[in-house]
Amino acid sequence: MSDASDPVARRASRNRWFLLTPALVVLTLAASGPLLVVMIYSFLTPGDYGGVVWKPSIDGWFSVLFQRDFFSEELTFADAHLSIFWRSIWLSLMTTIITFVIGFPTAYFIATRPANRRDTWMLLIIIPFWTNLLIRTFAVMELIRNEGTVNSLLIALGIIDQPIQMLFTDFAVLVGMAYVFLPLMVLPIYASMERMDFSLVEAGYDLYATRWRVLKNVILPLVKPGVIAGSILVFVPSLGAYVTPRVLGGGKQLMLGNLIELQFGQGRNWPLGAALSLTLLFIVTVALLFYVRAAGKEEGHHG
Amino acid sequence: MIEIGGVTKVYGGRGPTFTALDNVSVTIRDNEFFTLLGPSGCGKTTLLRVIAGFVDPTSGTVALDGQDLLQLPPYKRPVNTVFQSYALFPHMTVAENIGFGLKMLDRPAAEVKRTVDEMLALVRMTEMAGRKTSEISGGQQQRVALARALAPRPKVLLLDEPLSALDFKLRKEMQIELKRLQSETGITFIFVTHDQEEALTMSDRIAVMRAGSIRQIGGPRDIYDHPAERFVADFIGDTNFLDATLLSVDGTAARVKLASGAETTVRAPAEGAKAGPVTLAVRPEHATLGNADGALLAGKLANIIYFGTDTHFHVDLDGGGSFVLRQQNQPDQKSGRSTGDRVGVSFPAGVGQVLRD
Ligand SMILES: Nc1ncnc2c1ncn2[C@@H]1O[C@H](COP(=O)(O)OP(=O)(O)OP(=O)(O)O)[C@@H](O)[C@H]1O
Ligand SMILES: [Mg+2]
Repeated sequence: MSDASDPVARRASRNRWFLLTPALVVLTLAASGPLLVVMIYSFLTPGDYGGVVWKPSIDGWFSVLFQRDFFSEELTFADAHLSIFWRSIWLSLMTTIITFVIGFPTAYFIATRPANRRDTWMLLIIIPFWTNLLIRTFAVMELIRNEGTVNSLLIALGIIDQPIQMLFTDFAVLVGMAYVFLPLMVLPIYASMERMDFSLVEAGYDLYATRWRVLKNVILPLVKPGVIAGSILVFVPSLGAYVTPRVLGGGKQLMLGNLIELQFGQGRNWPLGAALSLTLLFIVTVALLFYVRAAGKEEGHHG
Repeated sequence: MIEIGGVTKVYGGRGPTFTALDNVSVTIRDNEFFTLLGPSGCGKTTLLRVIAGFVDPTSGTVALDGQDLLQLPPYKRPVNTVFQSYALFPHMTVAENIGFGLKMLDRPAAEVKRTVDEMLALVRMTEMAGRKTSEISGGQQQRVALARALAPRPKVLLLDEPLSALDFKLRKEMQIELKRLQSETGITFIFVTHDQEEALTMSDRIAVMRAGSIRQIGGPRDIYDHPAERFVADFIGDTNFLDATLLSVDGTAARVKLASGAETTVRAPAEGAKAGPVTLAVRPEHATLGNADGALLAGKLANIIYFGTDTHFHVDLDGGGSFVLRQQNQPDQKSGRSTGDRVGVSFPAGVGQVLRD
């Protein structure tokens, strides 16, 4: 029975839409409103002391990729921006891989504990998540700075005699982001693992699959939805990460988030900042489409 | 040949422990249809899992053709399992499921395909080869699980209540199919069930289990006609238990005196018995109804129940207790007796079984 042919169903459906209206209005405004503002700002001219002047211009978008030499007016690629884009994508990919490599065994470990103890383990993973991001980042800083825990320990043990410079490097940013985003990888993988029927793992062993092959041929395909969700949940916020690269990368190792912040702050170039934000959004969308497409193709392959 | 020697499994290290298997010993011959029968929780699945390698026994030995199985991880044992829940891989097709074991054994692709096709034909699933396992019925899933376990040609096939989820008709069909597969493949079948009828009709030998130990091993007739103890007699079929006094034992024959004072010859327990009070088991269909005079036991007919194929007579014995007889019905013939009649119960020499205490 279709909705259109049945007056009762149609009225029920109309009522439902009516009741949903406030939520829809808020959602539409909250989602598209700011986006619209950013979109408009990206086509305006920067004001002298920040803000924008209502004069249309595509300079903002232009400077995302190109820069004009101050004297000769010669056009060149904005190497600095490009390398920051590249760094951001690279670091986010690495973060996703690191959190997967650590998070997958962790989720497996928890999912294979007795049911009554899993929640306790999960709590241990989630608790850091309730702590302020800045505090967690400073904790990592304390660990890896030159006079920090790790270096002191290594020196005390006589393994090194000069502290290793870890802070303010890509390594520091990676450690920080992997630590901060780890729960986002563990949670969805754990959720799909907990739903997995472990007798399938036994069936794998029973049919001559070694541990490694059970992992590859049975467990991974079954928890793939969790891995995809986890990767998206880690990759997307990593791309826009701001606090962690700022604190652990020192002012030098910028990521996209820092570059954007710079335009709205010291750079006083709001249109460029807005254009960069939209570029980030674009990269994320493309990455997601790519991912969903790849995952979907895999799925179709089996079906 | 599988030799299981003194296998004990105790669950729970700290805190309360639970003995799921208690000193189980049994030898299973090649190409035998061997059934583990017992009530829920008696350790049937645990014993299968010990053989498959998913449970390490606390003590004891398991050997297959002289090779110690306990040294091998599950994926190196030439043993396959048909799981109670089937455990088919949901991300693979029917054909991929069946070919999984051979693929993991790194057999050439051509051989995998050929064997898969053979197996599909064997379980009559050729048309469904490309379906996902979620797109086939329960009975079909069961057949795929069977084909998947048979494809690598294991020496031993373990089947954990594989028919319990099927409806009556399909179940009967699959019972016949399983027997056919067993004789066609030459594989040893170890079959778990808690359905006594299924065990009696399919098995070469049956092990009746209770609370982690094997109470009796024997052919279906052995177990049915000569149950070793009250539990076995009670669990399989219906039985009358009679108090009697053991007078003497001569080999397998025992002379007993019944409560009525009559004496008769019955079967002695395999491990012998001492003179004194014993319990006797007599199957309802092994006894005959007659006149009170000269019968082994006398009493009053309390109830007659017509069952179509046979009729049950409930007799209240003179010395107390009751006895149930079963007689096959003949067309259009009434038994000629009615409730309240004085009747006698007799059974031929050698039919009763003295139970071990
Ligand atoms: N991992 C475990 N820890 C503790 N006790 C267990 C464990 N697995 C099984 N048991 C206990 O061991 C006993 C035997 O279990 P098993 O699964 O072998 O029974 P079963 O004979 O197969 O029963 P069913 O017919 O219900 O399948 C049961 O009482 C069960 O509670
Ligand atoms: Mg069981």
